[in-house]
Amino acid sequence: MGLWRALLLALCLLGIGSVARAQSIEPALPLLASSSYSDIEKGIETLAASGHAHALTILQALADSKLFVGADKAVIQSADGKFTDAKSGQAAVNAQGLTAPRVNNRIRRAIDAAMGTLTIKSPDPAKRLEAAASVFKTRDLAARPLIETALAKETDSRVRRAFEQARAALILADKASDADKLAAIAILADRGDQDARAILAAVNDASPAVTAAAKSAVERIDSTLAIWNAVQSVYYGISLGSVLLLAAIGLAITFGVMGVINMAHGEMVMLGAYTTFAVQEIIRTSMPSLFDWSLAIALPLAFLVSGGVGMAIERGIIRFLYGRPLETLLATFGLSLILQQAVRTIFGANNREVGNPSWMSGAFELGGLTLTYNRMWIIVFSIVVLAALMVLLRRTAFGLQMRAVTQNRRMAASMGIRTSWVDCLTFGLGSGIAGIAGVALSQIDNVSPNLGQGYIIDSFMVVVFGGVGNLWGTLVGALSLGIANKLLEPMAGAVLGKIIVLVLIVLFIQRKPRGLFPLKGRAAEA
Amino acid sequence: MIFARFIANDRLLIGFIAVLFGITTLLIVGNLAFAPGSALHVPTYVIALYGKYLCYALLALSVDLVWGQVGILSLGHGAFFALGGYAMGMYLMRQIGPRGVYAHPVLPDFMVFLNYKELPWFWHGMDMFWFAMIMVMLVPGLLAFVFGWLTFRSRVTGVYLSIITQALTFAMLLAFFRNDMGFGGNNGMTDFKDILGFNVQADGTRAGLLAASAIFLALGFFAARVLQRSRFGKVLVAIRDAESRTRFLGYRVEHYKLAVFTFSAVMAGIAGALYVPQVGIINPGEFAPANSIEAVIWVAVGGRGTLVGAVIGAILVNFGKTLFTGVLPELWLFALGGLFVFVTLFMPKGVVGSLPVWSSWLKRRLLPSKVDVPPPVTVQAGE
Repeated sequence: MGLWRALLLALCLLGIGSVARAQSIEPALPLLASSSYSDIEKGIETLAASGHAHALTILQALADSKLFVGADKAVIQSADGKFTDAKSGQAAVNAQGLTAPRVNNRIRRAIDAAMGTLTIKSPDPAKRLEAAASVFKTRDLAARPLIETALAKETDSRVRRAFEQARAALILADKASDADKLAAIAILADRGDQDARAILAAVNDASPAVTAAAKSAVERIDSTLAIWNAVQSVYYGISLGSVLLLAAIGLAITFGVMGVINMAHGEMVMLGAYTTFAVQEIIRTSMPSLFDWSLAIALPLAFLVSGGVGMAIERGIIRFLYGRPLETLLATFGLSLILQQAVRTIFGANNREVGNPSWMSGAFELGGLTLTYNRMWIIVFSIVVLAALMVLLRRTAFGLQMRAVTQNRRMAASMGIRTSWVDCLTFGLGSGIAGIAGVALSQIDNVSPNLGQGYIIDSFMVVVFGGVGNLWGTLVGALSLGIANKLLEPMAGAVLGKIIVLVLIVLFIQRKPRGLFPLKGRAAEA
Repeated sequence: MIFARFIANDRLLIGFIAVLFGITTLLIVGNLAFAPGSALHVPTYVIALYGKYLCYALLALSVDLVWGQVGILSLGHGAFFALGGYAMGMYLMRQIGPRGVYAHPVLPDFMVFLNYKELPWFWHGMDMFWFAMIMVMLVPGLLAFVFGWLTFRSRVTGVYLSIITQALTFAMLLAFFRNDMGFGGNNGMTDFKDILGFNVQADGTRAGLLAASAIFLALGFFAARVLQRSRFGKVLVAIRDAESRTRFLGYRVEHYKLAVFTFSAVMAGIAGALYVPQVGIINPGEFAPANSIEAVIWVAVGGRGTLVGAVIGAILVNFGKTLFTGVLPELWLFALGGLFVFVTLFMPKGVVGSLPVWSSWLKRRLLPSKVDVPPPVTVQAGE
């Protein structure tokens, strides 16, 4: 870090400790206007020592040659050519009668040094944190006196801790007493992340006590990191599980409730993703301000598009094939080919760009975890969809009829339920939910005509594993498959992990051919 | 002779073999005996194409054996086909010897490229033709046996079985895409030089491979036909139409299923082994679940459970594919998908299965009310 080196060199030259601390920047400005380099340098020192809110801005302007000074006033020219008064920050008319300070290499060094001091001393805690983190990374020994003085004055507890950690990192790299080093090791062990581990692992001190302490600290950090890693894997697993849940939940209805193998289910998901793409395209060209709402608009549309196509498929093909599941499988596979090719013809074979709205992009940190917003929202969304579906099945007239038809079709028909309508609507519902899943998947996956194919086998596995005709089974199946996949991944690699999971499911089906939560009673015989 | 006993009263079998060998002989003679430019000359690409169709036909036959006879809808037969192909591919790779790009005396090119120091253990012996041919049959057979033993014993049937066979081939697809599996990763194996000392590109070799394909297709058809007409075959049909009842009558259903499934996998493996030298490449794409399902649709088009239908279906659909992808490539998937839907909805018995219906309809139209033709006895499709 060139800046730090320059800063520290300058600090040593100037003997920063001896500089009088003025709270105002007033005395500094005339010095900057002086023609003597040493006066200008003194002016910079004064600015740095002041810790004034505008000091950093002034120095930055000076470094960029945007500062103009006179005997009693200074203005800064901003990028768009306007002038502001350096002291007050208010707009100034012009820079008439003012001159740019003289600058040479010595002055530039002094500016760099002063800026470094000011960031460590900056009134903004975020700036100070940044400075501390930078020292922690570079571990430049010469920064130590500066850190020590900053630490003595620091009041913000977070920044204080950051300074302490920076100091500890410096102490371990420097000559210091054993007691100091042990204290430093304790501080770094508390920090407990990869960076701290790297510093501690590099400790090889003459004193065996220090080395041993560092070693045990590394071990402690390793075990906490291992726990965080496991938590992270589980989180990724839940995230994958929620994706699988979304993809499989519609299948749980068409396959689980109706017993129809819909190989075109993945294409329903794909249609939902392309609906999102189309909605975003329209919004982009006609009303860009609505972009953050694009998913909310796409959601009902995707449900309608996929649901509509699903109902058409049910009326046009599947209803002629009830009771012949293998033929249904073949016919719907043919349909999936047609739908894929249709989308390829309309939208092209390449991946389509679907953007994340602002509230879905970015990430946040939680403990040792980095969580992305889109993954988090998809988890929430899948739970909402599952809950809504549960309510629909258990609390509405349609849900009642659907369950009646599932359990005993002929009896339901005798009670006056139009079973063929229920079939059609049920299939539409399952397909519509697949469309909704497509909206969610468009946020994390490539939107291409092959989108659905990547999910169809996994979705079937989820449904078969969880047990047909049981939404709780689908939830448990999706989560356990997701988590198993992600836990195996670090050990066996992504592909091998997936293969192991597939093999495990095949073995599991041997033991329980009807899944985790089989339907009981007569319905199971059908 | 034992062959004679079986063939004697089987007109279908005799007819099939006669037509198959007739066409094959004509093509080979046309290719080798007439110079290019002659009106009777058959171009080499036709030979290769027809050989490919015959391999597909053998695959379709193996699918028909399990789906048509026993009612097991396997969506993973492509895996057995590809395994057989890989075993043959390994033999052909070893035959290249030091003629590869990197000119390593033992290691195939992709291994040198991937920094292998020595041959993985499963590549040993693959330079010997007889050993490779045993592997062609053993590996798919073993996989089918283990898989079938696990699934049939626990009575996984119907769509569940279809889905897990699909998962099986999908898992194989993922596995073979891995570079460190030692099978060439996503590039697979290609650039073959010769087989049994003959150049694979030469016209004579191609003709020989076509003849071999025809012979194995005839053998497979013969075996399937014998199986179909035997007591064993009757039990298979009983299992297909009423599995529980057959079990209650005292037959060990899972043993029958396992035997046929394994045999059919070996057949698919042989088809794959014949396929690879004729197309000149084998890669993990052959494991794609869509390929296996496509093989099922050949059978459905030709007529499930009729054996001869499987062969006709495979050749018809693939001929259509060749035509379509040459003229309107983007329409092929529409046509294939439409075929799936059309056949399942309107022609559940396929081309061959529908023949009796058509012929009786024709007879009724041509010879009105002379004889009362009884409706043809048809096999109930479905489970």
